[in-house]
Amino acid sequence: MNLIGDKISYKPDEQFHLNDVSFNFKKGNLYTLLGRTLSGKTTLLKTIAGLLNPDQGSISFEEKDFIKIPVWERNVAMVYQQFINYPHLNVYENITFPLEQRKLSPEQVKKDVDEALKTVGLVGFENRKIQELSGGQQQRVALARSLAKKAKILLLDEPLVNLDYKLREQLREEFKRIFSEGLSQDTILIYSTTDPQEVMELNGEVIVLDEGKVLQKGPAKEIFENPSNLKVAEISNDPPMNVLKGSKNSKNLNFENISLEITNHFKNLEDKDYNFGIRASEIKLDENGEEFEIELAEISGSETLLHLKRGNSKIIALIEEVMNFKIHEKVKINFNVNKFYAFGEDEKLVSSPYGGING
Amino acid sequence: MSKLYTFLKYFFITFWTVFVVAPFLWAVSTSFKDFQSVNSKVTYIPWLDFEPTLEGWRVLIKSPAKGGVDIVEPYFNSIFVTCTASLISIVLGTLAAYALSRFTFKAGFVRNNDITFFFISQRIMPPIVLSIPFFIFLSTIGLLDSLLGLVVVYIVLLMPIAVWIMVDFFNRVPKELDETALIDGCNPYQAFYKVVLPNSIPGLIVAGMFCIIFGWIDFFFAFILTFTEVQLLPVKVVALNSSITPWWSLSASALISVAPLIIVAFIVERYLSKGNLSGALK
Repeated sequence: MNLIGDKISYKPDEQFHLNDVSFNFKKGNLYTLLGRTLSGKTTLLKTIAGLLNPDQGSISFEEKDFIKIPVWERNVAMVYQQFINYPHLNVYENITFPLEQRKLSPEQVKKDVDEALKTVGLVGFENRKIQELSGGQQQRVALARSLAKKAKILLLDEPLVNLDYKLREQLREEFKRIFSEGLSQDTILIYSTTDPQEVMELNGEVIVLDEGKVLQKGPAKEIFENPSNLKVAEISNDPPMNVLKGSKNSKNLNFENISLEITNHFKNLEDKDYNFGIRASEIKLDENGEEFEIELAEISGSETLLHLKRGNSKIIALIEEVMNFKIHEKVKINFNVNKFYAFGEDEKLVSSPYGGING
Repeated sequence: MSKLYTFLKYFFITFWTVFVVAPFLWAVSTSFKDFQSVNSKVTYIPWLDFEPTLEGWRVLIKSPAKGGVDIVEPYFNSIFVTCTASLISIVLGTLAAYALSRFTFKAGFVRNNDITFFFISQRIMPPIVLSIPFFIFLSTIGLLDSLLGLVVVYIVLLMPIAVWIMVDFFNRVPKELDETALIDGCNPYQAFYKVVLPNSIPGLIVAGMFCIIFGWIDFFFAFILTFTEVQLLPVKVVALNSSITPWWSLSASALISVAPLIIVAFIVERYLSKGNLSGALK
């Protein structure tokens, strides 16, 4: 009874938009597609919706070949990143539109629509025109339409990306509530995003996509703790995980003339060259630390992002307070040695602080 | 300096306005004159300068036997041909434009843009190039000198305009809107008439108005493809002879010929001055 994709490929031009993607989505679960822009998230969602037909591979749902079923009979709902509503209809009519297509009784329609309006917090807006609503409200209408439909597969394609920061935070909080109240146990929810933080907050099963390929699948925690390769580590962290080329010998790990004493999780690591990974948040300012040159300092909210350089290595440090730095100034920083990842020269994960692979 | 600029600006605007409007006012005042007021001295203001009369207008509806010119039949012929051809052009042109905007066509080296260009190229050619083919075509199928034949020819002339305007319009309607309609349970035809069409009304109005304007003002084909049975307004008006038909009736016929265009121009202007043809969407 699952939604199963088997070796789906889609290549409309020179490049693969989807490359050998397989999945098995179970009912009642939340799945997040994580990947950068153009990684194939939207293509995959459109393929599931039926708007695109893959060149190869198959999709089945409830033991039926999904590809043979046209879009309008698939019982799928989708919310786009652009706030797509029907501009000639008001809020209420927008939400009833899919229900009327299915010829439900008027009482049932009214009940479903009222419920959906309540879930997204738009009660009282029924007669407004779409153009009179703010971006956030428009996206709520789109969400309400997809919820009211009670589709068995609900696809959300970066629903928050075009909203401003404040609204995004607020809706993200609400999504967790909406997903737990507004959905039945029959629904498969697939949510695509570029934002690792959303993935962690929604805490579902994650599929990391890049250039149309699945890089890693697993629970959000697993992706965070044990990214299977450098690419995943980059995509699943914001700012991306820092990569330092270096080597390990019996006691130390060395990079850019810095030598740090290894801790337990690297004990069993073979002595050779590695790409070491460290999150921006695991780097602290420290009087006794190593000297780096500031290339850029960005203040975002209550944090400061420091772009640092030493030799050929460029790293980003996340300082949890607002500070003023001068460009080209030298600062001293300290790495949290316990939180180093080691990726092989083939960029695959070799050792993680959370016990991945070689730990 | 800026005062001089302002002065010159308004001077030229005033000059140009007079230049454009004066003949029109001249025609309006002449159409209400009789023999005496036209031939006496220069007069413009009714009731003050001359006594207005409807004689000039009456001549237009009188039959030739009674000394009139009977412009009524050509007038309705023109309305019929223009409206029918415009309507068919809009319906066919809109469907063609939607297909060109949403689907990818491949036939040898031919792509969507080439097809769009093919439509528009019908208007790039000088009309005279088409006159002989049209003449032979209509005489072969026996529609020469008939309203139906003119409608057929006018569709060829007007549909490119409809396609051109509507392709541009549909390209600005996000594809995601159609896709959402499909996902919400519409088949492609329902998606078109339940979602895309209601959001395309401004585009349809503008395209329709342009079709009406270009259909109404055509003289060339109406002249070549009709003889005695059927006459369209432009041909009739041009054929009026000032030595037989008086000046005041000529003025009246000119005014009544441009009247529909003025109405259409006002409607189009309202939609164009709203700034965006795609006003329905964001």
